[in-house]
Amino acid sequence: MLSIKNLKASVEGKEILKGLNLEVNAGEVHAIMGPNGSGKSTLASVLTGKEAYDVTGGQALFEGKDLLDLSPEDRAREGVFLAFQYPVEIPGVSNINFLKTALNEIRAYKGLPNLEAKEFLKLLKEKQKLLEFDAALANRSLNEGFSGGEKKRNEIFQLAMLDPKLAILDETDSGLDIDALRIVSRGVNKLRNGKNSFIIITHYQRLLEYIVPDFVHVLYKGQIVKSGTKELALELEEKGYDWLKEDSHETEAAEILLPR
Amino acid sequence: MSTDLDILKDVSTEEYKYGFTTNIEMEMAPIGLNEDTVRYISAKKNEPEWLLEWRLKAYRQFEKMEWPSWQNFEMPSMDLQSISFYAAPRKKAKLNSLEEVDPELLATFEKLGIPLTEQKMLAGVAVDAVFDSVSVATTFKGKLKEMGVIFCSFGEAVQEYPDLVKKFLGTVVPHTDNIFAALNAAVFSDGSFVYIPKGVRCPMELSTYFRINAENTGQFERTLIVADDDSYVSYLEGCTAPMRDENQLHAAVVELIALENAEIKYSTVQNWYPGDKDGKGGIYNFVTKRGICKGVNSKISWTQVETGSAITWKYPSVILRGDNSTGEFYSVALTKNKQVADTGTKMYHIGKNTRSRIISKGISAGEGQNSYRGLVQVGSGADNARNFTQCDSLLIGDQCGAHTFPYIESKNNSAMVEHEATTSKIGEDQIFYLNQRGIDTEKAVALIVNGYAKEVLNQLPMEFAVEAQKLLAISLEGSVG
Ligand SMILES: Nc1ncnc2c1ncn2[C@@H]1O[C@H](COP(=O)(O)OP(=O)(O)OP(=O)(O)O)[C@@H](O)[C@H]1O
Ligand SMILES: [Mg+2]
Repeated sequence: MLSIKNLKASVEGKEILKGLNLEVNAGEVHAIMGPNGSGKSTLASVLTGKEAYDVTGGQALFEGKDLLDLSPEDRAREGVFLAFQYPVEIPGVSNINFLKTALNEIRAYKGLPNLEAKEFLKLLKEKQKLLEFDAALANRSLNEGFSGGEKKRNEIFQLAMLDPKLAILDETDSGLDIDALRIVSRGVNKLRNGKNSFIIITHYQRLLEYIVPDFVHVLYKGQIVKSGTKELALELEEKGYDWLKEDSHETEAAEILLPR
Repeated sequence: MSTDLDILKDVSTEEYKYGFTTNIEMEMAPIGLNEDTVRYISAKKNEPEWLLEWRLKAYRQFEKMEWPSWQNFEMPSMDLQSISFYAAPRKKAKLNSLEEVDPELLATFEKLGIPLTEQKMLAGVAVDAVFDSVSVATTFKGKLKEMGVIFCSFGEAVQEYPDLVKKFLGTVVPHTDNIFAALNAAVFSDGSFVYIPKGVRCPMELSTYFRINAENTGQFERTLIVADDDSYVSYLEGCTAPMRDENQLHAAVVELIALENAEIKYSTVQNWYPGDKDGKGGIYNFVTKRGICKGVNSKISWTQVETGSAITWKYPSVILRGDNSTGEFYSVALTKNKQVADTGTKMYHIGKNTRSRIISKGISAGEGQNSYRGLVQVGSGADNARNFTQCDSLLIGDQCGAHTFPYIESKNNSAMVEHEATTSKIGEDQIFYLNQRGIDTEKAVALIVNGYAKEVLNQLPMEFAVEAQKLLAISLEGSVG
């Protein structure tokens, strides 16, 4: 589904991604871990087309299409979704109208007609229930005055509504209380259907107990330096990142470990 | 709930879709302005002597006055001797009969989205259609009359209800008020007249649609709305004009009078031709609007959505004379390209326990300049007066400007006057966030701007809120990115 080869990207002249490789197949869940500032959010931004980031090398194919060549909105319409680490507030724009607009824009791109008000409401109710999402939040302005955790839950609610092929969750777990973490994870698990894929960026192994990844990668200084299965997350939790930093120059070795 | 989406759907690439002209035979006053012009207009309208005298007095006042210089833009040069002050379609419609309105005029209004014929009229909205200097049709007049509501053209009111007109005309905006008010009083041609009798809640929205069509003219209409004790009315005006390279002057006067326990809600969706992207052409919209809350517990509320005109210059105001009366002003003013808006309000607190609320949302794009200018005045007898002012500016791009000039004058220590102001830019992260959900940048900006203006748009009658949202979206097209 997603094939990233030797991706290099910089921001304000500083290279952040330094030749990153990653293969994500349909239905897989990949976790990306790594120390602060290693480039995890940058990867998410580059894949979704945030303007400030310049791609200086490599490629990213999404279902065979050159993702990096598409506008941010077309990437979204193709089915790439990012649950933001820091969702922004948009005062006065109702969550529901925003979702309806987004949904219909994506449908229009696929040549589908707008969703009838009735169908939309049905979908809304269904997803609200699935994620135990507060109806009051759905009716409020987009993230305006939402608590940190509420914003994160709203991201996942949007994910459920828009039903993308590839969802990138950037530290969705941070800021969630214990119950919310369980609810959100359960929601994500219910959304899995064998065809859609997830890239889950996190610092904590706990989330991965709920959403069990097929692969865990360590991103360090702009490269994936180690890949493994869910046991790797446990190991990281125990040992931290120091032991990896030492052999981070052995990037060739890391590439061999990549899942195909 | 579908409103935001509808706007988005209708966003088109047209720049100004009301810019067409109607070809129709017109009767025009001779070019220029002098006492004879005033007499000509008065005679055309078959006015009583007292009204001619009133006009002439205003004209003499006008001659003594000078153009103001305090405004936050350069006063354009206007040669009043080179335009005609009266322009009316030659074929005259008989009053009360829509069938006899020139089909060309009906077609014009239909094209503007204002169908006037019985079969197509907007349900729940009575419309007075003003074409250049005259009213061409008023819908639902009969139905309103059954309830005692008078809704007709100003010219008709002068003929049919001279006592009411004489009693209230010029009592809120005297001809000495400012040079444009004096000019208007001298040469006003038509406009709407509304009277709501005691205890009547007007059952439908009243609305006047102003259309400038003729070249080398100005439009000088006058609107007078009187709400008698315990009555309520909601009134809306809309306006458009053809695209022309020369500027045209629109100098209107609106007077509102609310008696005891009466409420007047006055909404404007202003979409005069704004000129092209280089600032060529467009309407000079220099208007005096003022209401008086004369009776106790009365209320006047102004809502305006200003997207058109080369220059918009007006301060819809409320004189809070009656105890416990309330004045409100809700405004969205959008300027792009080289448009200028210098607008705001004045709230004069005179009665006890009077309240006013001002919500102003300026949006500047391109090289647009947007000024909020407001006065809150509390008289010595206005015990417990309260004012809240919120004045926000939104900037799109870095070549535009937003300015605020709030003035507060209080002569009573019990008054509480609050002023809040913010200036913001549309954030790139906001746009990216919406992009990431499949929404393109132009629509993203329309969503953000409509969200920003929501508090004001919510004040508009339902029928027009959607229109106004679309208008904001369309007006911003091409000014992003
Ligand atoms: N817009 C930007 N301007 C300047 N530097 C940036 C920008 N975006 C990212 N960076 C820098 O790039 C590096 C990688 O940042 P990134 O946000 O991708 O890290 P991260 O792995 O997501 O970290 P965290 O775990 O703290 O979220 C950091 O050093 C950061 O300061
Ligand atoms: Mg990050």
